[in-house]
Amino acid sequence: MTTTALPESRADLLGVAAQRRRTGIWLLALTVGLIVTGVIAVGSGAIGIPPITVARIIGHQLVGLPGQVTWTPAQEAIVWQVRLPRVLLGMLVGAGLAACGVALQAMVRNVLADPYLLGINSGASSGAAAAILFGAGAGFGQYALSSSAFLGALGASLLVFLIARSGGRVTSIRLLLSGVAVGYALYATTSFLIFASGSAEGARSVMFWLLGSLGLARWNVLLLVAAVVLGGMICYLTVVGRRLDVLAIGDETAQTLGVSPDRFRLRLLVLVSLSVGVLVSAAGSIGFVGLVVPHLARRIVGAPHVRVVPVAALLGAILLVWADVLARVLLAPQEIPIGIITALLGAPFLLVLIRRLHATGA
Amino acid sequence: MIQATQVSWRSGTNPVIDGVSVTARPGRVLGLIGPNGSGKTTLLRLLYGALRSGTGRVAVDGDDLTTLPSREAARRLAVVVQETGGETALTVAELVLLGRGPHLNTFQRTGPADHRIAAECLTRVGAAHLGSRPFAGLSGGERQRVLIARALAQQATHLLLDEPTNHLDIRYQHEILRLVRDLGTCAVVVLHDLNLAARYCDDLVLLGQGGVAAAGTVAEVLDPAILETVYGIGIQRLDLDGAIHLLYHPHDQPAVQRSAA
Repeated sequence: MTTTALPESRADLLGVAAQRRRTGIWLLALTVGLIVTGVIAVGSGAIGIPPITVARIIGHQLVGLPGQVTWTPAQEAIVWQVRLPRVLLGMLVGAGLAACGVALQAMVRNVLADPYLLGINSGASSGAAAAILFGAGAGFGQYALSSSAFLGALGASLLVFLIARSGGRVTSIRLLLSGVAVGYALYATTSFLIFASGSAEGARSVMFWLLGSLGLARWNVLLLVAAVVLGGMICYLTVVGRRLDVLAIGDETAQTLGVSPDRFRLRLLVLVSLSVGVLVSAAGSIGFVGLVVPHLARRIVGAPHVRVVPVAALLGAILLVWADVLARVLLAPQEIPIGIITALLGAPFLLVLIRRLHATGA
Repeated sequence: MIQATQVSWRSGTNPVIDGVSVTARPGRVLGLIGPNGSGKTTLLRLLYGALRSGTGRVAVDGDDLTTLPSREAARRLAVVVQETGGETALTVAELVLLGRGPHLNTFQRTGPADHRIAAECLTRVGAAHLGSRPFAGLSGGERQRVLIARALAQQATHLLLDEPTNHLDIRYQHEILRLVRDLGTCAVVVLHDLNLAARYCDDLVLLGQGGVAAAGTVAEVLDPAILETVYGIGIQRLDLDGAIHLLYHPHDQPAVQRSAA
């Protein structure tokens, strides 16, 4: 396209087209970054595998790519059975956490909101602790831990919603406060379960799970469910970007621009609760991703949610996979809980954010 | 046309608006005036459905407001509220483009026509140069003009404004109200300043004690005898060059004495 500067600027009065091009370039770059990240992450670990080999194994498994088998069966097992599901789960969890964070920050109009604010993860943790320590949900077989964590998450979000709703409309501040209250109560419940069980081994595995881990990733139903729920949630949030924009401004504004704030908030709450339930039951509590990544995304492409949601999802996916690589290699062969890595990386960022908030007087 | 019949609102047990009926006629500017706490803003919020009256009904072009889907309501009523949205990180252009939302379906993004409308509306309020600035960084007056531009971009058949002249300097107070007048759409404006109301409104509703103290054309309502009892201040009316001007003086200081002194 070679147009002179004048008609170009006339056609793009508000700079919207330029901004869309910029976003498109970012999305493309991040997608490439995500694929590269995936290949490198699958290759790294206790046994290193060259990226080319990783790509070939995946290509061979996925579409039966013809070509010589230049790798060992052990390499194939490591790539396909162990590391690829783990990296994919990492991408899903990272993207899901970031997108939930974006939705929640718009929903409660607070830049410090994150997916765990609504007490949902505390519910999941209580469920998981009950499963690990007391064998709750044993009827679900290999999914006992995930299912009972998910049920805990569902129960917590229902409770939060009922409290927020008692006596009228579900407003941002009521949602926030009831989330915090339920979160603390369930945190106490989890601690009590650990204390009451008196099993040191059980307590250690609950702690590990509380700090988050992608170590449970397998090719199984859980991975599929996570892909469907989180993928669906990210698509939905992108499509309703404009509605998130107006909701983030205020209820009255949303209403006068044709968005019914109460109904929309309820729909978001259901979707986010479901997603966080799936996330936490698959990977435990991983903090800071949902809090920090939306801010990064906004700095890159501006505030409109139609751009922020996909960019945040891609960024979250990349960041979480790298955090998991660090968790695996830093103290190899020991594995650090990934929540520790994300908190160590996220806390300094939060401090910068606080300084900036202070500086602008907001 | 907006027709409210016998609408009420109470805050706790305290009636703020009690059985009030008002009509905003097509092509005319209706001013809502009254002392502090007389329920001007509450009445306006009842008119655009932010508050739902327990009694009576509000009809927009004959349709009951409660039965209109929210997007259709937004195509009929554009509102400038006092909620500023000062925390938003959107740019001015992005904020004004949100006014086009009610005209787009969920999967549609804004097109060149929407961008042209938004740019024109920014120009009309004298804010064309602010387009790429973050909204949160603007002064109070600039924000007010941008919010009015967003309401204009909505191209609704009715325009409702809650004290649109707040934060504006004198020049923009007049420019914005003249703009509202020149639009020729049905408009409802909450105003503090009676002289602005006198100059830019066609009809006025004077609220006092939860009810309508007077309603009618500007010349009828701005009657010192009525205004003095509602506002509790001495008022002198001058009709100069076909326009109404009001002068105020406290009751213990009669106007005649002061001008004689």
